[in-house]
Amino acid sequence: MSYLLYAIAAWICCVGLYGAIVSRNLIHLALCLTVAQSSTYVLLLGIGYRKQAGAPIFKGVKLGTASVDPVVQALTLTDIVVSVTVIALILSLALDVQRRKGTVDPDAIADFSG
Amino acid sequence: MSLRLKTRTRRQIRGAVALPVLGALGVLLLWGFSGLPAFGNFHGFYGTLLTKIAVPQRHTTNVVTAVVFDYRGLDTLGEEFILFAAVVGVLLLLRDQGEDEEKAEPPRDAVTSDALRFWGLIGAGGAIAVGLWLVAFGYVTPGGGFQGGVAIASAIVVCYLAGSYRSWLRVSSEEVLDPVEATGAGGFAIVGLAALISGLPFLRNLLGPGEVGTLFSGGSIAFLNWTVALEVAAANVLLYTQFLEQYIAPMVRGRE
Amino acid sequence: MTWLLPLPVAIPLLTAAAVVAIDHVVPRRVENGCTILAAAAATAFSILIMLQAQHGTDLHWFGGWRPDGNVALGIDFVADPLGAALAALACGLTLLALVYSWTYMREAAGMFDVLMLCFCGAMAGFALTGDIFDMFVWFELMGIAAYALAGFKIDELGPLQGAVNFAITNTAGAYMVLLGIGLLYARTGALNLAQIGRVLARHQGDRLVIVALGLLVAGYMVKSAIVPFHAWLADAYAVAPVPVCVLYAGAMSELGLYAIARLYWTVFDAPFGGHAQGIRMLLVWLGVATALLGALMCFLQRHLKRMLAFATIAHVGIVLAAIGLLDERGLAGAASLVLSHGFLKGGLFLVCGLVLLQLKDVDELRLHGAGRRLRWSAGLWFAGAIGLAGVPYLGVFLGHAQLDDGATGIGIAWLQPLLMIAAGVSAGTLLRAGARVFLGWGPRVDPLLTEQPPEEPAEREAFVPLMLGVATVAIALGLVFGVFPGLQARTEHAADRFMDRSAYAARVLHGKREPIPPRAPYTVEPATGESIGYGIGAGVLALLTAAVGLWHRRLPDAVRTLAGRTLGPPVTAIKGAHSGIVGDYLLWIVFGASLISGVWAIVLR
Repeated sequence: MSYLLYAIAAWICCVGLYGAIVSRNLIHLALCLTVAQSSTYVLLLGIGYRKQAGAPIFKGVKLGTASVDPVVQALTLTDIVVSVTVIALILSLALDVQRRKGTVDPDAIADFSG
Repeated sequence: MSLRLKTRTRRQIRGAVALPVLGALGVLLLWGFSGLPAFGNFHGFYGTLLTKIAVPQRHTTNVVTAVVFDYRGLDTLGEEFILFAAVVGVLLLLRDQGEDEEKAEPPRDAVTSDALRFWGLIGAGGAIAVGLWLVAFGYVTPGGGFQGGVAIASAIVVCYLAGSYRSWLRVSSEEVLDPVEATGAGGFAIVGLAALISGLPFLRNLLGPGEVGTLFSGGSIAFLNWTVALEVAAANVLLYTQFLEQYIAPMVRGRE
Repeated sequence: MTWLLPLPVAIPLLTAAAVVAIDHVVPRRVENGCTILAAAAATAFSILIMLQAQHGTDLHWFGGWRPDGNVALGIDFVADPLGAALAALACGLTLLALVYSWTYMREAAGMFDVLMLCFCGAMAGFALTGDIFDMFVWFELMGIAAYALAGFKIDELGPLQGAVNFAITNTAGAYMVLLGIGLLYARTGALNLAQIGRVLARHQGDRLVIVALGLLVAGYMVKSAIVPFHAWLADAYAVAPVPVCVLYAGAMSELGLYAIARLYWTVFDAPFGGHAQGIRMLLVWLGVATALLGALMCFLQRHLKRMLAFATIAHVGIVLAAIGLLDERGLAGAASLVLSHGFLKGGLFLVCGLVLLQLKDVDELRLHGAGRRLRWSAGLWFAGAIGLAGVPYLGVFLGHAQLDDGATGIGIAWLQPLLMIAAGVSAGTLLRAGARVFLGWGPRVDPLLTEQPPEEPAEREAFVPLMLGVATVAIALGLVFGVFPGLQARTEHAADRFMDRSAYAARVLHGKREPIPPRAPYTVEPATGESIGYGIGAGVLALLTAAVGLWHRRLPDAVRTLAGRTLGPPVTAIKGAHSGIVGDYLLWIVFGASLISGVWAIVLR
């Protein structure tokens, strides 16, 4: 069982990417990307977890008490911001595409090709 | 017709090819992940060391905040500017190019239920209080500028939900929020630069560490924390405003 | 002078915030002026850092967190000559692009300026940082600014398509990078590059490290547009405003390759140094494939910016092959190539902008003969194209000569003829387009070339002499790098230091300075006969390509039928693969990532 969480991370990544590959709607595609991104949260936080350890916050807790890794939590925080901003940009692009073309189907907006 | 069929065939092929290719990626990922330490048995020396030294060195009981704002403060500077650039990017992409000249009147969509307005007000007040608390104690207890900023921004969303689009616009004009956001992002860089100008490394914590477990701890972490809160709250409201405008504008046009 | 290091990042970012803060108060000209001043300051400081770095690697620990008992606590900027030179290139190109935009990008100028400054600061940070996660942060900031700028012209569909494809593919690449970082952190408990390398050096690389390598390399290859991750690039570069293209093609693509080089020589050299052959062959072959495919697709374009986009792909392929040699002469060649490519291609994009402004189109066939009165632009275009071919002692020649030495040195002398073809064909295509547009040579129709949608210039009116001046500076700088006195010795010395993992780790973790090297002489060293031969060959090939491109209908019928039968189907298939559909591109990316990790899983185990 000790590897189940990592397997779940791999699964989420592949499922998200599959959804993005076959997506017919840019908004759906953006959400698929967030699914794929959550695999990085699962992996990072999973790596930092330690058995019988508390949060790395020592208010009212004796210093030196075992705690989970604080670094991966800081990384995940950054990761979340990155995800939010990218999605915001893709959604605004989707809105623009809808305005110009009346569709958000990524197959229908291939203006340049070849 | 032929083009449509082509798109469909293309989609089918893509869907069919995607499965084995993603399967291969999945197998490789699993293979690599199987080299990870068993779940719960990780002992990274960097993280372990930080949990030992952050409290004595920085007097901040929340080690994650110490990492975010001090030890790895540069990442947070970059992260703030990611948010900042994204807001500017969204403003750029959703800008009015002066085609629809007549600026539509904002709709009169005021909520008429007193109960909803009452509870909305309470909810917004509560969210702001929680947000401020998360920011203020962000380096003592769980919380921080990011989390608090998002909570504060959500309070302003409640103004729309329980009030009206007009009341939302009153609290979220670009003229006000742009400088606030810029101050948040720029403030972080200024705190960093201030250290550099006084002959210390960039982002060096200039103030004394203060007393463990109180608001007067962590030195300039407190300032950075507030600049981030400012930036995050303003950036979120600006983003919501942009998207809400896209949603409101067709409604207004549709009614005319 | 370690206090210099944060400035190329801090100045542009702080100015970006300031411009937004004063946006509703001060006139636009003041904002523009601040922006240009900030870019100029960042350029000046990064050049200073680069010059300082010649005499020893500079180090800046942010927050003053020096390593505690050899454990890196904070984030460091490390200025070695190559990294600092790349930061200087990025800042310098931003400066040129911003001056060019002074009169050309007036609509939404404030937001444009802010995003360009964020872009600039992020590139400088990416080139200087010594921390694997900090790299990711700057990489994302660069990305966010770049995606938004690609979609600048929101009233046309092409830019939206380009921006969507760019944002989605690069985001997928970023996840791979992040997964790779997570794996390395789990193994080593460190984020500092030097530290990771040191921990990994204790053991042979195993499956976790192999997959981490595959994911990181694949992720950064998406950014640098290596085959099969490359197709988004043409969509995005063809549609972005010209000043933005300068940053894309001149610096951003190269930064992806820089990341691969940096990671290899600080981290992965440790566990896999013994298996270098397996890594080398894959990188070199991917580079060759990218170079040849880019050149072929370049030849098939008539949209000038898309043509330059595919030329960019050909060039990053060449640079990847140079880095992939894993040899100091190859790496030095890569550095020289990046410098001259950066300015030449930046300059060519700027000329494109002038053509678009004055002739309201960027289509080679529709503009047939229309550019006859644009003498100065024509001269710049041809000069840039010749510089990119690498004829002896001009433009990219020095890089090719160094690459040639490196390849011969490790016994893969077959590499250089292949790269010569790529350089020659892509340069020849540019000559062909120039001859059609500026001289009116050749027929007005060519069914081989793919038609693309038209583009509106960003402005109807602009101050042309200023724009011409900037383009001239860029092209002249690019050409001169072939004979810049002392450049060869300096790049080779810099490459030597870049590859020295233990010296890097000692400098970062123990603060140990390397011995100060003797000052290299300012001389131009003669190239070997072979290199001169390849240079001339590339020049001849370029002329031949241009001639075939212009007059292939005059070839005997038998030849044309044969060529149509044998080359027609594969060419159609390759064109079809660049479908402009993001789902296809994502599939290619997953395929490429699996391929790279899979090959290394077999070879490196």
